[in-house]
Amino acid sequence: MRISTFFYSLGQGIKNIWRNKLFSLATVATIAACVFIFGVFYSIILNFQNIVKQAQTGVAVTVFFDDGTSDERIEEIGNEIKKRGEVSKVVFVSAEEAWETFKTQNLGDYVDSFGDDNPLENDANYEIYMNDVSMQDNLVAYLESIDDVREVHKSVILASMLTSVNSLISIVSIGIILILLAVSIFLISNTVALGIEVRREEISIMKLIGATDFVVRAPFVFEGMLLGLVGAVLPLVAIYFIYGNVVEYLTQKFRLLDSLLQFLSISQIFNTLVPVAVALGVGIGFLGSFTTARKHLRV
Amino acid sequence: MITLEDVSKTYSTGSPALDGISLNIEKGEFVFIVGDSGSGKSTLIKLLLRELRPTSGKIVVNHTDVNRLKHGKIPMYRRGIGTVFQDFRLLKDRNVYENVAFAQRVISVPSREIRKNVPSVLSLVGLAEKYKSKPKELSGGEQQRVALARAIVNKPPILLADEPTGNLDPKNSWEIMMLLDQINANGTTVLVVTHNREIVNAMRKRVITMRKGVIISDQKKGGYIDED
Repeated sequence: MRISTFFYSLGQGIKNIWRNKLFSLATVATIAACVFIFGVFYSIILNFQNIVKQAQTGVAVTVFFDDGTSDERIEEIGNEIKKRGEVSKVVFVSAEEAWETFKTQNLGDYVDSFGDDNPLENDANYEIYMNDVSMQDNLVAYLESIDDVREVHKSVILASMLTSVNSLISIVSIGIILILLAVSIFLISNTVALGIEVRREEISIMKLIGATDFVVRAPFVFEGMLLGLVGAVLPLVAIYFIYGNVVEYLTQKFRLLDSLLQFLSISQIFNTLVPVAVALGVGIGFLGSFTTARKHLRV
Repeated sequence: MITLEDVSKTYSTGSPALDGISLNIEKGEFVFIVGDSGSGKSTLIKLLLRELRPTSGKIVVNHTDVNRLKHGKIPMYRRGIGTVFQDFRLLKDRNVYENVAFAQRVISVPSREIRKNVPSVLSLVGLAEKYKSKPKELSGGEQQRVALARAIVNKPPILLADEPTGNLDPKNSWEIMMLLDQINANGTTVLVVTHNREIVNAMRKRVITMRKGVIISDQKKGGYIDED
């Protein structure tokens, strides 16, 4: 495409938008709503994944051994566990370390009454950290099947809650976004079809003069892509300003959960959100206008 | 330049619009096609522009077998044919210059050349002064001159004019015909579909007369043949 043809088509696309102001406005509003909701859910998902990731680093499964299990056997079991794909880290806690930690955390001044006894002498254990908490059930089943393993402690509620909320948010977001996508494409299609109707005579002259299908369609495709672009940029600007305020509010409100609620910065969100949202807006615009122009402009 | 061999066209509604017509038009000829309504003139124009396909027969225009033309090649084919219509078909929201430049823009002529070609062709049709006027500010004759300028600005070897004087008074009609004659003198093959008896008789060009889808007369330096 020549530069002059590019600018001519772009100019005609802008004129089309202006001629069908109301339809264009409705289209931009729908795309903006679609991209806005996408952006909001995207931000929530990214933050939630971040929180889950933080939480996951602290979720561990603890394995205790039968009385009298030898140190060699415990070491052997540890080496087997380390080979598992779900496992990110294995920490051995000896009976002495377990007792020291317990004393420090729970006994306070009563510690002297125990003398040199170690009530946890059979509680040497492995703390096993996972790559992903959703793998906990598999790992626990494996650990329970190992000979000489007496007991396996797991964090059922936290793990399943984190996993479930994560998938629920993803499913709801995908559903809403798909519906809005369909509505946006339908509206763009209508706007472009209206533009084609208004310019029917001009199009017939273009065809008689020998304009290629590409040149005839280009203004309409530009129109759709421009509507998509504007529909993507507006919600991004809105999210930019809203995000900081919401994060600040949540951080103030839930100060006690400061260690758990670690929000991503707007730049971390925008690194991926901007290209994805712009591609989404322009993509919706392109798809809606291209298919409509193709359908209505057959010679 | 233009050859039709036994061309027929029947619409889905029934009787044939063209019934086995054959004709040959040489490069640089000026030809009138005359006939009453329903004689098949408009169908002939549409076949030449490849807006329609014939039911049977062969059409060759400028060495192109029009029936075999693939969809993607139609634009390139049409660039070789300038067209002028009775109702001018100008873009009402654009001025004279833009209407003519439009024909060059849509076939991707560089802007530099458009700036050179448009004033030149507007001078040829006598509208250089009115390049900023919108169609509604022009008389019928002037609007047809703009349409003519648009049709020839891409320098097509063939010009089809479908009732170019149908909406014009005798003076303007005559001026348009003189312009067509001048364009023909510069080497363009010109086909004019018309009802205008006076002009056809005065210009003494080749006249093909059609009636009910067939050619009933083809005269060199001919005149208008009446219905009866």
